[in-house]
Amino acid sequence: MALTRSALRLFSGRFTQACQVRGYADAPSMSLTFAAPSQVLYNNISVKQIDVPSFSGSFGILPAHVPTLAVLKPGVVTVFENDGSTKKFFVSSGTVTINEDSTVQLLAEEAVPVDTLDISAAKELLAQSQSQLASASSEVAKAEAEISIEVSEALVKACE
Amino acid sequence: MFSRSAAIIPQCQQVRGMATLKMISIRLKSVKNIQKITQSMKMVSAAKYTKAERELKLARPYGIGAQEFYKKAEVKDEEGEKGQLIIAVSSDRGLCGAVHSSIGRIVKTDIAANPNTKVVIVGDKVRNILQRLYAKNIAMVVTEVGRKPAVFGDAALVAQSIINSGIEFSKGKILFNAFRTVVSFRTTEMPLYSQNAVANASKLPVYDSLDSDVIQSYTEFSLASLLFYSMKENATSEQSSRMTAMDNASKNAGEMIDKLTMTFNRTRQAVITRELIEIISGAAALETKN
Repeated sequence: MALTRSALRLFSGRFTQACQVRGYADAPSMSLTFAAPSQVLYNNISVKQIDVPSFSGSFGILPAHVPTLAVLKPGVVTVFENDGSTKKFFVSSGTVTINEDSTVQLLAEEAVPVDTLDISAAKELLAQSQSQLASASSEVAKAEAEISIEVSEALVKACE
Repeated sequence: MFSRSAAIIPQCQQVRGMATLKMISIRLKSVKNIQKITQSMKMVSAAKYTKAERELKLARPYGIGAQEFYKKAEVKDEEGEKGQLIIAVSSDRGLCGAVHSSIGRIVKTDIAANPNTKVVIVGDKVRNILQRLYAKNIAMVVTEVGRKPAVFGDAALVAQSIINSGIEFSKGKILFNAFRTVVSFRTTEMPLYSQNAVANASKLPVYDSLDSDVIQSYTEFSLASLLFYSMKENATSEQSSRMTAMDNASKNAGEMIDKLTMTFNRTRQAVITRELIEIISGAAALETKN
């Protein structure tokens, strides 16, 4: 009788240890490093979700996202922080790296908070780049003007 | 009878072999000028150092983040015989201590160990160090570096030229001076991986949906980012090293000034004493004659 009771106790202890199943709900959080050459926006800060615009499509990054590399398109990056607040930043270009251990490095060439953008200046830039494309002569100049148009269109869109 | 002020230099001839007062005073004036110059250089580089350090603090997460992928994906150097590429990051201006020579020394030992090495030099000073013996290994030189703080556009320009020149390499590194404290810096190297090395990385299959386009864009952008980071670190090390060097120079000049002033005063007193002796012995001779 005593033997079986102590045996049960032993077994129950073992079982509770073995039954700790992990679900995606409490996956390890991801730490984000979002930086531009002249400023740091997030340095190894744990966040809930990041939406990035990339050349292979806009996608959202959650913890335990499959590792990947992507090149950023001009557009808005939305960061959902752990306390529920959202911050939006406009990025001009750059790269995003998602590693196996859920660390994310978002390296942007230029990144500014969206509320510092001025829509009239953005529209002016768009008009300027369109005229640049019209007057471009060489392939390189055409490509540069097209890039400029892409950035200004994204800027205008971000302001709206 | 004779009125003298300390500033008047005596007209009589000095004994040969002893520095004349005129020579000492010329030397004293020039060392004082040098001290003024080194002190002002120290002030200027102190101001530039504060600015550079501030910018470096903002650029550090960017630079460290740019290296993360290569560490996490365990990218290794490509097996192959395409040679080594060294990007030596420095600047154009001297009088900054051991900043340029430490880089030059490491490049020299590397080339001696592995003759199939191409060097991209950023900054004139290292070019001067390497030109004599290793002119054949120099692939590209970037000048007009160091006058103004580096911006990402500068690094992008250098990266673009490197890519356009089509240099092929199996292993590569960026050599620069990493900033530690105001009084110390360390010459470090950051590994540089070719596109093939990235494509063959052991953990690359873990990364989803990658094609060669993405890898190419990624490596090009990270080359520019790593170059930018190394330029920022190097600029801060250079300014702090120049500050220390100019401070030491001012102190040494100050010591020289003290010694020279002492010699000047002694010589001046010796001259006065000699004149007195001559006059008095002349007067005594006249007296005894009478």
